[in-house]
Parts: sequence; C-alpha cells; structure tokens
Amino acid sequence: MAMRIVAETARLMGATRLIPIVSAHIDGALYHGDSGTLFAERLVAGGARTAVRATLNVGAIDLTGCSRNRLPPHELAMAGRMMTAYKALGCEPTWTCAPYQAGHRPRFGSQVAWGESNAVAFCNSVLGARTNRYGDFLDIACAICGRAPDYGLHRDENRRATVVVDVSQIDDAFLASDVAWPVLGTLYGRLIGEAIGVISGLAFRPREDLLKAFGAAAASSGSVGLFHVAGATPEAPDEVTALHWLPPVERIVVTDDMVRDAQRRLSTADRADRVDAVAIGSPHLSLDEFDALRRLLMGRSVVVPIYACTGRHVLRILERDGHRRQLEASGVIIVADTCVVVTPILPEQPGAILMTNSGKFSHYAPANTGYSVLYGSLSDCVESAVAGVPRFGGAS
Amino acid sequence: MTVFETEVLLSGPATTASALALTAPISFWGGVDPKTGVIADTRHPQSGQSIAGRVLLVPATVGSSSAAAILLELVHAGLAPAAMVLHEPDAILLLGLIVAKEMGWTTPIALRLDRDQFAALQGSQLDISEAGTISRRSETPPSR
Repeated sequence: MAMRIVAETARLMGATRLIPIVSAHIDGALYHGDSGTLFAERLVAGGARTAVRATLNVGAIDLTGCSRNRLPPHELAMAGRMMTAYKALGCEPTWTCAPYQAGHRPRFGSQVAWGESNAVAFCNSVLGARTNRYGDFLDIACAICGRAPDYGLHRDENRRATVVVDVSQIDDAFLASDVAWPVLGTLYGRLIGEAIGVISGLAFRPREDLLKAFGAAAASSGSVGLFHVAGATPEAPDEVTALHWLPPVERIVVTDDMVRDAQRRLSTADRADRVDAVAIGSPHLSLDEFDALRRLLMGRSVVVPIYACTGRHVLRILERDGHRRQLEASGVIIVADTCVVVTPILPEQPGAILMTNSGKFSHYAPANTGYSVLYGSLSDCVESAVAGVPRFGGAS
Repeated sequence: MTVFETEVLLSGPATTASALALTAPISFWGGVDPKTGVIADTRHPQSGQSIAGRVLLVPATVGSSSAAAILLELVHAGLAPAAMVLHEPDAILLLGLIVAKEMGWTTPIALRLDRDQFAALQGSQLDISEAGTISRRSETPPSR
C-alpha cells in the first residue's frame, strides 16, 4: 500500500523516477479524525516498518503529562491509538515540530522526506537538505519505502531563487529583534506564494531561532518550502548564488509600511484591553528560547497563564536543571509532545484573546481555538502575562 | 450550455453539483472544519460556506502539510466535495484522495483546469463526466 501511494503520487506530479531518501519527519500522527487512525492501523496490520530514520511530529496528546487536553473520550482514545500505531511502524517518539533542534539534522544536500510545513522550510532552507512539502500519509509511505518521487525541491534546478526580497530599507534594530521575523515571514509568504525567494540586504546573520520563526510564519501565510537568506543560509552565500547566476524574475523592495501592515494583520483581536492566555512555542521552543523566557520573567509570577509549547528533548533538560519546577511555580504551563493550536488545551471561552509571539500561532489560533489574537514580542507576552493586561513596547 | 474540457488527475464518479470557486488560496488544515465541511478561516473570502457536496474549485493551497488528513477525514465523514478542480496538481491535498481510495472509500473525481476559468463557473450547476468534461447548466447565483 505504501509503495502504491508513493507511485501514484509520482505519476500525479510527473516524476519519472523514485530516489532513495535518508530520513523522514512524519506529520501524520496528529489526530484530525478517525480516518487517519484507521490508515495508520492498516499499515501496522500489513506489517509495514520504516526503512529510514523517521522522527514524529506532534500528536494530539501530551504523553509527558505536563499539560491536559479537553478531548472527549472517543477522540482521546483514537488519538492515542494513532500515536501508538506510528510508534509501531518504527518511528521515533520525538513528538516535536522542531525535529531539527532535537538531533535530527540531515546533511547538506541529502535527500529526505519531511512533513510539517515549518520543519520542511527549515530542513530545506537552513540545513540545505532536500525535501518537498510532504503531507500526511505520503511522508510515512516514503519512510516505509525508503524512496520518494523525484520532482520539485529534490531537484537542483528547482531550488533556484527567482525573486529577490530586499530588506535593506528596514531599520537594522528592528531586523535584529525577535518580533521582526514572524512579521517578515508572514509578509514574505504572502508576497511570494509558491515561488522561491532570496532575502537580501541584511546587515547581520540571523540566529537559528529567528530563521525558524521566519520559516514557520512564511509557511503559514504562503506555500513556502524553501527560502534563501543571502549570507545566512547554505545555498545563498550571496544573492547571485541563490539566483543560480541568472537575473531575478522580480525584485521586491520591502518598505516600512509593508512591515507595519503585516505586523498589524498578525493581530486579529478588535481590542487590546484584555488578554486571557499567552501561548509561545510554535515552532516548539528551543532551550535558548526558554532561557530568554526565564530571563524576562525574572522570577515573577504570571496572572495570565503562559502556555509554553516544546518537545520532550527540551523538557528533559528543563527537568534536569530544575527549570521546569521553577517555571511551573511562576504560572507557566509547559506543553510537550503537542501544542495549543492542534489539540484543545486552552480553556473554552467565547470572546477570549490569546497573546502570542508566534506568526504561526497567530495564523491558526482563531480558527482552531476560537481565541482572537494579539501579536507581540516575547517581552510583550511576558509583561502582559505578569500584568494581566496587554502591555506593548517592551524591549525584545 | 458551456463545456469545459479538463485533465483528470484522479478518477472518480460522474457528478452534478453547484460550483464553489474559491477566490483566495486555502489552507485545509485550520481553514476547513473537518466535522462540518465549512470554511472556518475567518480571513478567507468564502469563510462560512460549506464545501461538502460542491464542485470545489481551488486556485491554490497554502499552509500546513496536514491538508490531506483533513480531506481524508471529510471523505470518511461524507462531507467531501462532489468534485475537486485544481489549478495544478497538489500532492499534499490530493494525497487525501489517494489514501481514501486505498482505504476503499468512494472519492470525488479530481480535475485540473486553469484558474482563469474559475470565475465563469462560480455558483453554477455543473455536470461532470468521468472523462473530466464539465458542463455548465444554469446561472444560479452563488449561495451565501
């Protein structure tokens, strides 16, 4: 069945051959309804096993017990059966949307089959490994076959940037701040759609967590599977290399107005006078990001809970260092293995407002949680949680 | 009657249904409620409309790679579109139909048609043949 799925996709996409892959990241173990569970169990019943390293994206249940969800009994049981089935197929129970920060970093140029839009963008862009945007089912089918259809971003000629996105007009201090990158990512995704672009005109090399936030936002607002940042990502030592030495089809100069508009649109709440919850960690928080959270909290307790979503690879270290207890004592709810927009963890509350520093949460929270969103920096999020009302303008 | 010839991406039964032409790209995950088939993304121009039983015309998809899971769930729940018309083949989305076929469930036909043609079909009652011919029968206004 796995091979039929891979072959049918190859036909559909016009791929003339299958190529070997060295790893997979599986987005299929998140419960969206009984159908996905039935599919996974059909694979298990057929004796399927993964042929390559396969990490798992988030599931619908926090198996570490850090947080609780409100799934009704039937959904909870089916979501659990699904997670069990994917483990039975030989996948590693990493349960994170940031596998690249959990020790799964395929080599530059290697062929892989990754799912989860932010992980795909990171894998292609920041690691320089080669994957298409794998969807549920095809990712596990490729992992079982150890093969993937040869088309799209697996091929050199399709990785060329055709659009230059010039950010040289934007203030350097803003570009260096954590609040900028989800905004830029959202704007980039909307401008670029399915094309591949190279960000040009940056005066510094953004750190990994900024590129992670950018990719996640870009993959939410557009179909971004690969982006280049001149001077920062491995296929773009400079602009002309990312363009494969051909002239760009288009050059977009980003203006302050465009950035302000994108930032404004990340908030959907029509008022900024209350905040009912704060959510951070889409993609899952790294240790560095937890350090930043602890620095900003300065030992203070929060009035409004901060839901901090992460993977068990980070949770282990937080526990070892005593930080989990500290954070929980100050009112932070750590969410592991899953996150607040994929499973009902936030209390049901009509008209409630969620504050976040994540472009991806901002994009998906309104439809998936019913909360409207206020977007701010991590500092804004922490100060708002401590004060119990929205606070903007803190340093980031 | 106006006739449009399309390319069959994935086979499925002939059908008659009204067209819902999306005027903006859609993310199925977070954009369509798998329990109702209603477009849930409040930022989408067709927000609040149901895709169940319609001829869904998709100009482009964006966002999450879980689109196939939502489509599979819609098929399983009997809330899938009656037919899907895509501007270009989309592996992420169509996987939902490929897997549904593997599971032995009845799946809608999927066709390829240039999105420039979509506006001409909006809201109309369409006959779709197994060979992928779309015939527009009437000029019913788009439902709200």
